[in-house]
Amino acid sequence: MPVHYGSKKLNYFTVASTIASQLPHAVGAAYSLKMDGKDACVVGYFGDGGSSEGDFHAALNFAAVLEAPVIFLCRNNGWAISTPASDQFRSDGVVVKGQAYGVRSIRVDGNDALAMYSAVRSAREMAITEQKPILIEAVTYRVGHHTTSDDSTRYRPLEEIEWWQMARNPLTLYRKWLESNGWWNDEAEAELRSNSRKELLKAIQVAEKIEKPPVGDMFTDVYDAVPSNLFEQEKLLQQTVTRYPQDYPSDVPVRAVPSS
Amino acid sequence: MATVFQGLGATAAITAAANPLDSNKFLLSSRRSFSGKKTSLVVVRSDGSLNLNTGSSAGARRLDQLVTNAVATKADAAAAASASKPGHELLLYEALREGLEEEMDRDNRVCVMGEDVGHYGGSYKVTRGLADKFGDLRVLDTPIAENAFTGMGIGAAMTGLRPIVEGMNMGFLLLAFNQISNNCGMLHYTSGGQFTIPIVIRGPGGVGRQLGAEHSQRLESYFQSIPGIQMVACSTPYNAKGLMKAAIRSENPVILFEHVLLYNLKERIPDEEYICNLEEAEMVRPGEHITILTYSRMRYHVMQAAKTLVNKGYDPEVIDIRSLKPFDLHTIGNSVKKTHRVLIVEECMRTGGIGASLTAAINENFIDYLDAPIVCLSSQDVPTPYAGTLEEFTIVQPAQIVTAVEQLCQ
Repeated sequence: MPVHYGSKKLNYFTVASTIASQLPHAVGAAYSLKMDGKDACVVGYFGDGGSSEGDFHAALNFAAVLEAPVIFLCRNNGWAISTPASDQFRSDGVVVKGQAYGVRSIRVDGNDALAMYSAVRSAREMAITEQKPILIEAVTYRVGHHTTSDDSTRYRPLEEIEWWQMARNPLTLYRKWLESNGWWNDEAEAELRSNSRKELLKAIQVAEKIEKPPVGDMFTDVYDAVPSNLFEQEKLLQQTVTRYPQDYPSDVPVRAVPSS
Repeated sequence: MATVFQGLGATAAITAAANPLDSNKFLLSSRRSFSGKKTSLVVVRSDGSLNLNTGSSAGARRLDQLVTNAVATKADAAAAASASKPGHELLLYEALREGLEEEMDRDNRVCVMGEDVGHYGGSYKVTRGLADKFGDLRVLDTPIAENAFTGMGIGAAMTGLRPIVEGMNMGFLLLAFNQISNNCGMLHYTSGGQFTIPIVIRGPGGVGRQLGAEHSQRLESYFQSIPGIQMVACSTPYNAKGLMKAAIRSENPVILFEHVLLYNLKERIPDEEYICNLEEAEMVRPGEHITILTYSRMRYHVMQAAKTLVNKGYDPEVIDIRSLKPFDLHTIGNSVKKTHRVLIVEECMRTGGIGASLTAAINENFIDYLDAPIVCLSSQDVPTPYAGTLEEFTIVQPAQIVTAVEQLCQ
């Protein structure tokens, strides 16, 4: 899953495929912040589909009871793969569910960058000073397909996609606002796009040159140290790859894990 | 069977234990200063020798005395009195609490969360008194949603706390399976080592006294495949405290399996601080004729069978494997090489239990040393019956163990 990165340095929990399982994690992280009395809160992101999962309901309930400083940010983009929101729940969106659990909730136009900024900024302050959770339902639209292996025109009309792309595109709206204030223009746009593209191409080049992770990497970070049973399994794998190199990719080093 | 254990009460142990713990004594014993250096710990190895130079034979004898006390119905008073350090007597659930409290004193990142663990003190009294001492936030009562508080524990662990998640009964943790398997076990790996999850998940499991099918689960069967976790099972007050402490200090997620019927076991344990190695098996009774591998409550059925076997002239070697994931194949292997016969006695069901995996592991590694096929005695593949008599039939009884040994040793 290419988009499932994480960074401890940037306080960004590694993304997992399991839907809504991160919401109890968010409550746990908020619990930790609360215990340490930190001037910080947690933000947990999920979609309209995620609000159906049991973990969502449990997490909201917990956060309310615990009085945890966490912002639950629901990106309601109307679609969970091919399931429209009308088939996901019959409630008035996700915002009322927060209310039901005793969590203060707000619905915001998810395509309005300024509205989102304003709402989240207030939510952060409320979460930290009052030590209470907040639910923000950002209403938006999924213009793209679910993944590169999806063709969403199979389950929704092309006109609908195009309308959102044109009329309510958040990038277009924000850009128009910047230009109306004289802070942006076509040249700046072209320059930014060109620079971004160059940066990306360079990054791709650098990444392509990096050596593929060795076989030993398969066995590290399962535990804090490689235990004996995994060590055995790694040795066996190394032997197999060395004996039948033609059956395995040639650009994956068979280096052993250095024994500390 | 019921007479084997001293002071076993109803398994839904809401009522207080027969010996309420004196709270002053409790605080005293946990006020030991811990310098943080390894030399101040007593780590008892599975062969009975201590890693301090205190004379290995004395240490071994002391360990045997501890083990014997846990099994016998009447404490061997003479043996206990002759130990060089008096130690103190307590029940298994108190030993768990003692370990927990010591770790919470030592490191203020350690916290507890679960249902009714706070002022109620936990359904099996393991956390009694802790909320009063450490506060409601550090000993947290949660709403009833196992997936949520397990997930919460994981999130808290990723943010630097060291939570202990209590499942009121292990079976309830099936609701948290997604969190335990997909997140707890995996996030260290998927984050490339950035996030550690030093969480301890614990609770009582196993077959109790007519708790019904849903509350008699052996979850170690289901969890054993999850990569990234460690599993240990305690069986005596001594190893309960030691494993609890070791699990809390471990950087890996550890699942600590307790047994509903073992909480009131009494034993004399050392006053000085000690931990048990998470990956080590425990030599309960050295012997020559056959290796009997077991864990948790079945240890006591095995030891009762051992008494009968000794009278019949057999010399069984009994090992409490303690570490369910990974197996201590070193200790087990040495034993197999000595006796050449293996009997596994477990409470898991026949299919896919710990015994099944252990059989495979021993066959793979030590087939050349076996004089007979491995025999595994386990529960049947049935939901645990509520009817008391039938429930007894699902559990491996000492008589079965004796018969199996006799057959194996022909």
